[in-house]
Amino acid sequence: MNSSQTRLTLILLLSPFLLWLGLLVIIPHIDMFFLSIREKVAPRTYETSLANYAEFFTEPFYWNTLARTAFMSILATVLTLIIAFPVAYYIAKMLRGKTKSILFLLCLLPFWVSELVRTFGWMILLRETGVISSSLQWLGLIDGPIEFLYNDVTVMMGLIYTSMLFMVVPLVSTLDSLDDSLIEAGYDLGGSKLSILKEIVIPHSMPGIISGCIVVFMLTLGNYLTPILLGGKSSMWFTGQIYTQFITRFNWELGAAFCFLLLIVSSTIVWLGLKLSGQTLASTVAKS
Amino acid sequence: MSCDLECQHLVKQFDKFTAVDDVSFSIPKGSFFSILGPSGCGKTTLLRMIAGFYEPTSGDIKIKGKSVLSTPPNKRPVNLVFQHLALFPMMSVAENIAYGLRRRKVAKAEIDQRVKDSLERIGLPDAGSKRIDQLSGGQKQRIAIARCMILNPSVLLLDEPLGALDLKLREHMKVELKQLQSQFDTTFVYITHDQSEALVMSDQVAVMNHGRFEQVGTPQELYYEPQTPFVADFVGESNHWEATVSVQDSQRTTLTTTSGLSIQTQTTSNLEIGQTVNIYLRPESITLGQEQTTADNQLQASVKSVLFDGAKSRAIMTNNDAEEIIVSLPQTGEFSDLKAGDKLSLSWRADIAKVFTNQA
Repeated sequence: MNSSQTRLTLILLLSPFLLWLGLLVIIPHIDMFFLSIREKVAPRTYETSLANYAEFFTEPFYWNTLARTAFMSILATVLTLIIAFPVAYYIAKMLRGKTKSILFLLCLLPFWVSELVRTFGWMILLRETGVISSSLQWLGLIDGPIEFLYNDVTVMMGLIYTSMLFMVVPLVSTLDSLDDSLIEAGYDLGGSKLSILKEIVIPHSMPGIISGCIVVFMLTLGNYLTPILLGGKSSMWFTGQIYTQFITRFNWELGAAFCFLLLIVSSTIVWLGLKLSGQTLASTVAKS
Repeated sequence: MSCDLECQHLVKQFDKFTAVDDVSFSIPKGSFFSILGPSGCGKTTLLRMIAGFYEPTSGDIKIKGKSVLSTPPNKRPVNLVFQHLALFPMMSVAENIAYGLRRRKVAKAEIDQRVKDSLERIGLPDAGSKRIDQLSGGQKQRIAIARCMILNPSVLLLDEPLGALDLKLREHMKVELKQLQSQFDTTFVYITHDQSEALVMSDQVAVMNHGRFEQVGTPQELYYEPQTPFVADFVGESNHWEATVSVQDSQRTTLTTTSGLSIQTQTTSNLEIGQTVNIYLRPESITLGQEQTTADNQLQASVKSVLFDGAKSRAIMTNNDAEEIIVSLPQTGEFSDLKAGDKLSLSWRADIAKVFTNQA
């Protein structure tokens, strides 16, 4: 194939991606940016200003919500990692053959159902008149009904549940590539379980850990459904705030500014995470 | 003589399969002991039991006279050089070597000094800061051994560590390993399926088959005095024929192979007329060319084909389409122009062929 043909193939292959990137990502973001830096001074008269951003910083409710969302997302990511790591280690290193694939498939199974349906599932279990509350009453363990929904613990649980798969998959694939003899060599040379985990298993699986964490963090920070349905009004999730500005209050300018602030915060946290762990985006997400 | 490692009636069963079947041996201090066997003979299982990764079904393992069965692998005074070396890619060379000492909570200054000494000893004084993937195969080999030896183990176990190297390097490493062993003066237990590795390096070799030791002896004993047909076949190369005992007197026994070749051997007490036996004759024990009237066995044969392999060149000879006989070609120049169809005389001594009765 000559070079002009190669170039044509490349252009044809890339064009759907470029169209998607241009039409659905870049152009809306540019538009959103201009929207975010204009201020309504009178009906149908706008001025360029940073008033929307200023409002975010002057109104504590807004930045508190963002800070809380970021903190909860980091916590959810860390907890997901702590729960998913032993699961992934068990699947990748302790199991062989058929049991391994079955267990791996079981991790995927809940994700054949849409997130909305799964969240409603949680609501059926946890609401005041739900399965858990009424079973506990039936058993005589509690006197009156208990509302398990609409608190931070439930939101956190829902977020971790939604994120598990995205942590388990990259972890299993990096742990799979860890040669068993390295672990054995660690024991042979006098290592304890803990030191082998710290010096051999975790350094080896760092790319998987980081890529899992980035994906889970991004998904959690930008999640709307789970915090709103399980946390209700008290969830104070930043995406809920963006929704309110756009849909309830018709304040697209402020909503657009919020979108950018969310983007800046998530990118900064991911960048910091990569810096602190000494990894790069290419060595983690691109690899697994 | 004190023994570094002693195994008594060691058995390992996996479900119904017996991988190691009643193996007993003891290795004197400071010697190079090899376990030689085909793949699947149980040698790796045996090694992993000594290292502590498998628990024996029955039997005992003693290191310096003390049973280590209840000692976990990270506390045993043995270290294992893995087949693929298992160097830690996430650490530098120096960190790899220091790993065991760090685990023992040795002071940092002492670790640095010992790592430095160890790198000098293996001839890689500047490799400390390198990453594992920057090393060549032979260097990795030396680092893997240094990583174990820095802990002064009573016994160093080696699981076919030369398998992944190319031929030239393997030949070189054989000599080097032997030198390292005498330098460290530590007992080495080396497992391999490569007979040349075992013969070149070892003080003692155990030939293993189907979970049992067929014979334990010096390389010379195994080569010249094989005790079982398996050893005769596995160590070195042999012509193998099935034959029946046809004529016997007090000195000589005549054996006739299935296709009619007569072979003279020494009479031994276990041979009787009519018995079926296996004969093993090494290609290098056959003298080519000269008419030797004193030889016990002598026959005329023609060359069927020449297998040229430098110093290990051989010729396949036939004697009136009876048996094929593989003969080593001495590289003295005499047979350099040998070709198919040439006629030569073959001769060998009666005591040089090994004869095993079928039940042996």
